[in-house]
Amino acid sequence: MDTMSGSRRTTYDARGLAEPHAEVPKVSDIDGATAGFDAMDLTTRQINLELRWLIYEQGIRDVTVRNPGAKHSIGVGILQRCRIRFEGSLGYFGLGLNDGPEIAVTGRVGWSSCENMMSGVVVIEKNAGSLTGAAMRGGDLIVKGSVGARTGIDQKGGTIIVGGDAGTMTAFMMQRGRQIILGDVGPGLGDSMYEGSLYVAGKVKSLGIDCVEGDWTDADTEMIDRKFRIYGLGDPPTFQKFVCGKMLYNYDNLEPSEKKYVI
Amino acid sequence: MCGIAGIIHRDGSADVGTEMTQMLQAMKHRGPDSSGYALFGEPSDLVVIRFKLADANDPRDFDFKERLDRNRQEVESRLHKIGASVDRVESETEYAYRATVRYDGDMKALADYLEDVPGCEVLSLGHSLEIVKDLGDAQEVSDLYRLGGFTGTHAIGHVRMATESDVDISGAHPYWAYPFSDVAVVHNGQLTNYFQWKRRLESNGERFQSECDSEIIAVYLAEKMSEGDSLEDAMHKSLEDLDGVFTYMAVTKDALGVAKDEMAAKPLVLYESDGLVAMASEEIAIRAVLNREIDTSDPYEGQVLVWTR
Repeated sequence: MDTMSGSRRTTYDARGLAEPHAEVPKVSDIDGATAGFDAMDLTTRQINLELRWLIYEQGIRDVTVRNPGAKHSIGVGILQRCRIRFEGSLGYFGLGLNDGPEIAVTGRVGWSSCENMMSGVVVIEKNAGSLTGAAMRGGDLIVKGSVGARTGIDQKGGTIIVGGDAGTMTAFMMQRGRQIILGDVGPGLGDSMYEGSLYVAGKVKSLGIDCVEGDWTDADTEMIDRKFRIYGLGDPPTFQKFVCGKMLYNYDNLEPSEKKYVI
Repeated sequence: MCGIAGIIHRDGSADVGTEMTQMLQAMKHRGPDSSGYALFGEPSDLVVIRFKLADANDPRDFDFKERLDRNRQEVESRLHKIGASVDRVESETEYAYRATVRYDGDMKALADYLEDVPGCEVLSLGHSLEIVKDLGDAQEVSDLYRLGGFTGTHAIGHVRMATESDVDISGAHPYWAYPFSDVAVVHNGQLTNYFQWKRRLESNGERFQSECDSEIIAVYLAEKMSEGDSLEDAMHKSLEDLDGVFTYMAVTKDALGVAKDEMAAKPLVLYESDGLVAMASEEIAIRAVLNREIDTSDPYEGQVLVWTR
């Protein structure tokens, strides 16, 4: 063994994670407008390069990714209408920054999935981690299992539907959009939310600051019936609705476009 | 950031040394500074002592080797003096040792007497617990200490990205719950009322091996358990008493527990089957030992879960 202090210690190459020189593996089976590939032995960067190559350069609009193996940061930044199916589970920061694709995940997803999603549809068959749909701006995100804490933190649009339970501080600082949760919710639901609607079928452990019960309207019934019909979720149960109490609103600096609604 | 992992076999023993190395190596990106293991082998009548006489970073001055030899002889003679009959003392590395002794006296007295030897730090003490920790990634530490093939029922491990204290072995996890036999802890997070608890526990006569905030958890749990609490009760109390963000795992000779703070700020992915429970900061670590599609879930805020082997 090397007895010099420190000399065997620096084996870590942070650049190895980024793979700046990775090339498109081109391992897909392409059949007309559909394609599929096995991601088992590919790195995160290779999987994303392969997806981009198929969607942007080969014009494929239906891709199946087998064995994603819970790797992180998969299927991000896709700005094209297409269908992607992941057969397996994703790790952290998957499916972020997407605009357009319809994505199905047969397994689960980790923390921070679908961050800043702009439009499109994501359907996750099993659980999701914390921070699911953080800063989401549009589209529909359906998690059939349970989600972790802070679902839809800073959500600015779109709809999040959760089949199971949700953790603490769900919809923290939510600014617009909807969350429909079929199970129970942890403490601090809707803490410091500005706008948007929360629909909960189970028990709420506690409401966050300035989150209050809202008035149910026909538009709520219509919207929930429609979403349940589209995603085949069966008959909707009875929901309680929660909105912002607007007691924390103490400023007068609305955007010009928002002012016309006030005046 | 740090990464933590735990595995418990509920239907017999397995090669937990290799399994834990695979789990930790898969999370190398979460902490490349140091790696540590708390492994539980087959319980034996003998007491296993893991200790080190220098740190990996200590300067190798001219009488470094002589000093280690002298101190090692001193440890052996003190073991003899305190009434422990030495089975064997093996050198694991240049500065780390594993001793097996027959001893049924007070563990605190034994640990204190040994640590009084210059440079000596007792890493673990117990009938089945063995803590191994060193600088470098999990594969390096496993190769250095020959952990492949370590047979046991459960283990926890840690890869460290140093934030609160130095990069050295004293700052590496897991922490043995001095002077409580067969208890260890790994922690991912920061404790904000560290100094309060350190002062409080020190005034109760506890002592700390490191400047690392995580050691508080081990000593806290040990104190509660010595007052008669079960591991699960002690862990529930810790949620009230410890401030900060944390996911930590604690192990005893027949149980493995995990606790998550009220904010659920640190991740944990859990896989549970009848024979095996595995958990880690990232799912890829679990898949490093179970290479197939598995269903996992994330424990919620304020949750305490304990499994027995």
